[in-house]
Amino acid sequence: MSERDLPSSAETVIIGAGIVGNSLAYHLTEQGRTDLVVLDKGPLPDPGGSTGHASNFLMPVEHSKEMTHLTRRSIEQYEDMDTFTESGGLEVARTEERMDELERRVQSAKAWGEPGRMLDVDEVEEMVPYLNTEIIEGGFYSPSAGTCDPLRAGEVMRARADHAADGGLTVSPNTTVLDLHVEDGAIRAVETDRGTVQADEVVIAAGLWSPKIAAMAGVEIPLTPAVHQMVSVGPISYFEEYEGEISFPVIRDMDTQMYERQHGNDLEVGSYQHRPILWDVDDVPSIEEAPLSPTQPPLTDDAFEQSMADALEIVPQLLDDPEAGVRHEIDGLLSQTPDGMPLLGPLQDVEGLWSCAAVWIKEAPAIGEAVAQWMTRGWSDIDLHASNVNRFYEYGTSRTFVENRSREGFQKIYGIVHPAEQWQSSRPLRTSAFYDRQEDLDAQFFEAAGWERPQWFESNRDLLTEYNTELAGLTRPNEWDSRWWSPIILAEHCHMRDNVAMIGDMGFGIFDFVGSDVPEYMERMAVGRTDVDVGKTVYTPILAENGGFVSDLTIARLGPERYRVITGGAAAGSDRAWFTRHIPDTGNVSLIDRSESLCTLGIWGPDARDVIADVAEEDVSDEAFPPYTAQDLTVGEVDAWAMRLSYVGELGWEVYAPMGQGRRLWDTIAEAGEEYDIRPVGMGVYGTTGRMEKGYRLYGHELELEYTPAEAGLTFHGVKDADFVGKDAYADAIEEENAATLCTLSVVDHLSADGERRFMLGNEPILDEEGDVIVDGEGRESYVTSAGTGPTVGKHLLMAYLPPEYAEEGQDLHVEYMGERYPVTVEVVGSRPLFDPENERIRG
Amino acid sequence: MNVLACIKRVPNTGAKIVLTDDEQRIDTTNLGFTMSPHEECAIEEAVQQTEAHGGSAHVLTLGPEEATEQLRTGLAMQADEATLLEAGDEEWGPRATASAIANGVRELGDDGAEFDLLLFGNESADAANYQVGTRVAAELDLPCVTGIKSLDVEDGTAIARREVSGGEEVYEIALPAVITVKEGINEPRYASMRAKMQARRQDVDRREPTADTGAGTYEKVRLEAPETAESEAEILGDGTDAVANVVDVLESEVEVI
Amino acid sequence: MTLAFVEREGSDPTEETLEMLTLARELADGDGESLDVVAFAGGSRLSVDELGAYGVDEVYHVVHDRLDGYAPEAWGESVAQLASDVDPSAVVAPGTDRGHEVLAHVGATLDVPMAANCIGIDVVEDGAYELRRNRWGGSLIEHARLEAGTTLLTPAEHEFPIEKAESTTDPSESEFTPSLEDTQFRVQVERVERADEEGIPLGEARVVIGGGRGVGGPDAYDQLEELADLLGGTVGASRAAVNEGWRPHDDQIGQTGAKISPDIYIPCGISGAVQHMVGCKGAETILAINTDPEAAIIQKADYAVIGDLHEIVPELNDTIREA
Repeated sequence: MSERDLPSSAETVIIGAGIVGNSLAYHLTEQGRTDLVVLDKGPLPDPGGSTGHASNFLMPVEHSKEMTHLTRRSIEQYEDMDTFTESGGLEVARTEERMDELERRVQSAKAWGEPGRMLDVDEVEEMVPYLNTEIIEGGFYSPSAGTCDPLRAGEVMRARADHAADGGLTVSPNTTVLDLHVEDGAIRAVETDRGTVQADEVVIAAGLWSPKIAAMAGVEIPLTPAVHQMVSVGPISYFEEYEGEISFPVIRDMDTQMYERQHGNDLEVGSYQHRPILWDVDDVPSIEEAPLSPTQPPLTDDAFEQSMADALEIVPQLLDDPEAGVRHEIDGLLSQTPDGMPLLGPLQDVEGLWSCAAVWIKEAPAIGEAVAQWMTRGWSDIDLHASNVNRFYEYGTSRTFVENRSREGFQKIYGIVHPAEQWQSSRPLRTSAFYDRQEDLDAQFFEAAGWERPQWFESNRDLLTEYNTELAGLTRPNEWDSRWWSPIILAEHCHMRDNVAMIGDMGFGIFDFVGSDVPEYMERMAVGRTDVDVGKTVYTPILAENGGFVSDLTIARLGPERYRVITGGAAAGSDRAWFTRHIPDTGNVSLIDRSESLCTLGIWGPDARDVIADVAEEDVSDEAFPPYTAQDLTVGEVDAWAMRLSYVGELGWEVYAPMGQGRRLWDTIAEAGEEYDIRPVGMGVYGTTGRMEKGYRLYGHELELEYTPAEAGLTFHGVKDADFVGKDAYADAIEEENAATLCTLSVVDHLSADGERRFMLGNEPILDEEGDVIVDGEGRESYVTSAGTGPTVGKHLLMAYLPPEYAEEGQDLHVEYMGERYPVTVEVVGSRPLFDPENERIRG
Repeated sequence: MNVLACIKRVPNTGAKIVLTDDEQRIDTTNLGFTMSPHEECAIEEAVQQTEAHGGSAHVLTLGPEEATEQLRTGLAMQADEATLLEAGDEEWGPRATASAIANGVRELGDDGAEFDLLLFGNESADAANYQVGTRVAAELDLPCVTGIKSLDVEDGTAIARREVSGGEEVYEIALPAVITVKEGINEPRYASMRAKMQARRQDVDRREPTADTGAGTYEKVRLEAPETAESEAEILGDGTDAVANVVDVLESEVEVI
Repeated sequence: MTLAFVEREGSDPTEETLEMLTLARELADGDGESLDVVAFAGGSRLSVDELGAYGVDEVYHVVHDRLDGYAPEAWGESVAQLASDVDPSAVVAPGTDRGHEVLAHVGATLDVPMAANCIGIDVVEDGAYELRRNRWGGSLIEHARLEAGTTLLTPAEHEFPIEKAESTTDPSESEFTPSLEDTQFRVQVERVERADEEGIPLGEARVVIGGGRGVGGPDAYDQLEELADLLGGTVGASRAAVNEGWRPHDDQIGQTGAKISPDIYIPCGISGAVQHMVGCKGAETILAINTDPEAAIIQKADYAVIGDLHEIVPELNDTIREA
């Protein structure tokens, strides 16, 4: 075999030549890179990873917009490479509960712009005659689903990359990475058994081996190999008369968590129902040791027994073919992450080192494209925030955590997962100083980025009686609507509006920036002016160069050369990575992460000042502590720092105290608040009810790379003189007419056909008078970005981007929810709060 | 006609085999198990012969409790019954194995299971001792022929064919007999999913093996995994220039021209 | 004394026999004893002329009126009887089907151990040997100690080179007539037939030509069919080619298709995905024709031709046809 020499240096080295590495190579060269090395320890075209054993079908419709769009884009690419066969996909339901879930699939299909419809049993039978329709209730049909050939696609992409790079691409199979060289916190070289390649940019696209490669650079990619059992049965005479790979829709038997798909004259039967079987990456055999391939260990028979019974029940005609036998059976290894999403982006502790791991065949071409865009220009066309590798930073990378969550998540792959469903394992992991006190009050904890945050307090149940009248018509009779929810949230909200409440800890990411170049650096990061007086706070979008949202957060100036950035807990890891990545090489800018060392307690409500004034050393009058400012605040014995602002639309402060003194802070405020009946309230109020009434936007929901501040109604900063990331696009967006504008809508009639009051939860499509999904001029569907009840305004509120022709206050539209349409009306166009539009309360 | 197929549980290895630290066995931590390919054909032949001539196909192994997995493979391939001679984890040598199987066959006979045909693989994938079938035949005083790639049974006579250079040797053997077979005698079936499921629930006859030891001793001292040089293909040439070399390989190496 | 069982073709020893004699002579020299051989007469008999070059001291021709053809049990019994008469310390047979079969019968008759597939043997003391033998087709080596009145050994095939002795001997000849019973002839070669290679299924074919995506379309398989005809073989295909609809499903070689075990497999334009390789790992020899020298199939092959099958296969067909 001919040894191909590795070049001594390259602009970019991609480790892994599965579908991901090939896609990256192709798209990087499309983006203009001409000096690349792709290497893999295995041979081509199948180096032995998951690419070689996947069942290779693409079902585009998921509840995640990000994943649906990535799959759609991948289908386009596979088609373009002539490696896609459109077969359609059919998810069948054996239960009524699943039929509801499939209705929700239709809803997601519409919201994300994919075709898809429900089929009754007869239609299912007609489409797939070999299915045992006696045991099913119906199905969801996805006509654009199909199958691909990722090995062939890899060949095509390598060939295209080779052409585009014009000789600058080296593909080196059978090459083992021995080490990654890191100097001064940056990647410098990849050492292999065929030589060392100097490179300042390295992508780890090594599938389930990625953590091992990352460890060579001292960083972590949190994934674990997990078994997906698959067998192939054939030859099936029924398929004999059909030429080619697939002539029938891929079947997903959702309730048994299995799929059955034709592959030539075989039927591939895959299962996610078996007990989770996780592997240690060190136990995965080498290519030489593996009888089949490293990622295709033998089937664990006993785990597959029930799967066989279920498969025989749904496709007996095929599986009982007298000629057909089980010809192939494996425990296919794939990469499982703590939340089931990919791990993409720059690894923040080593400059120039990227992760592109835990990617499935169905999304790989699009992810290669998106990450290539991210690498070359800083943002991707499809927002990848839910897949950002940094989201587990500093809490979710331990082996135990990864395994626990992977085990739990494995069972959700075909499960019916409520949008608010909480993880159960590895909890509590991150607890603030208030945790014990909150637990004493029977807090119902939800988790965000590992932090335990009370969603509501059962101890506040008495408030339900008090606000009985206000809440009439806003409680949720339907079990699905009220799952992971409590009317106590609404009562807590009312209490806060009437009296005072304390909320904490929000699990914020808190980053202090110190250094002589910090003022200039901060100005460059933010849309809002940051050359403000010391003690001022600035709420600002953070944009990519395309003018889309990377984050929205608050920046407080602590000193002339000292700023504090406070961002939402879930985005903390990604935001930290974004800020780190933009620190100039030669600048004097240091980042001090205070997220774990400071706790945060919000005190909000009409009586908030009275409570604080009782225990604070400093003057907290409006004159001494005006809104949108920050200063040191001594609360009882506790040396704290506070910002006067609110995400719930009330007078009050966010008080930041050393974690060690947090409990003292809690006790002091609780005691001082006693005479005002201060209540601890949950994140249900902070994140939903209060926010929705105020029209406050939430990153990852309303704010994404795909929308601009102009569309989100966040242009109150205007265009400052100083240069900042995304300035040109931002300025242009302000000039142009919005393709869509973020609006607040309310539900006009909650009544379903069978007379039940229903409450939308988010991600539902918005329909025009014809019943068609509204699409804006840029092809983006209008859907509910956030949904939540506003108890004070007495309405269930929805946010959605609407194109100009619908973005009119008083416009009547429909929202589709669980297969039915509900009338909604546009309450507000833009960011004006529905409650207290002049913000008098905050300024009170 | 009743047919017995004798099989052996062996690890399903890749190109490179890793040994345990004591060098006594293969490290099977991450390996599955299978049976030797010849033996898979023996089961298939047993099933085909009984399908054609009536009677029952019986599969037997000497091995650890886990070898029931291979017996169930046999049952899933439509063998009717299975017997495990439960031998524990230690590897038995070919003489002890043959003696135990012969004794097992006698015991089964005492219990009413008489066999007209005893099929073995020509040699096992792991140990390749080339003798177990022959020794069993000698113990039971049965005729035996090895390395068979075609088998027909007519009127109590087995017509067995063995490949030799340029043709086939034909043997006609009165049953009962022992025949060891080679891959290629048939295409072993893949068990159907339903058969696999049923096989998992089927009973396996378990017996204690007994073996007599003869003269002389053969002791395994240790195993060694030789450092294999990267097995590289011999490049016969580029393009049509290679044709002469290809013809040479076909002629003298493989002898198919 | 070491006694070697000689297979002959006409009156000449076979190649495998000569390989075996290298091992047998090592043993005899190690013992400082003689190297005797035994061969079956019938029709013709082994010519001793050549054997002196291999250090053979004595040739026993087994002569029996019923031993015209091959009869495994009778042959084994004959060698066992001779061994009982001449009491060799070791009996060695070629590592062939027949060698193994005869020696296994000897082992069963004498009730002594037999070690097949040996690659190296040391005599440690009288009657005790330390040996190394191949397991797993040579992927593993077993070190073992064998101690028996008569030691039975076969060499692994092609492990020992054919080597002449340092000094030539002048072998003497004698005849040996075993006493055989009817039952020992219950198994014998009745006849030899020419193999019928027509229309054999993939799994049983001795020669398989594989065609993959590199074939480019259904028509180009004609060339592969022709090559298969010339070599008495059958054509198979990779899953990619079957998925393209170029070949029927039944032609698929691989994990979910036929598992082949031919003497030679010639994959053309097949890259060598894992699932394909599983289907052809039973092939004795793989000769791959592929344009990409880095393709997985090249790694797994014994022989490779780098180039375009559309040029190579027709040329190959012409050459074979003319030959």
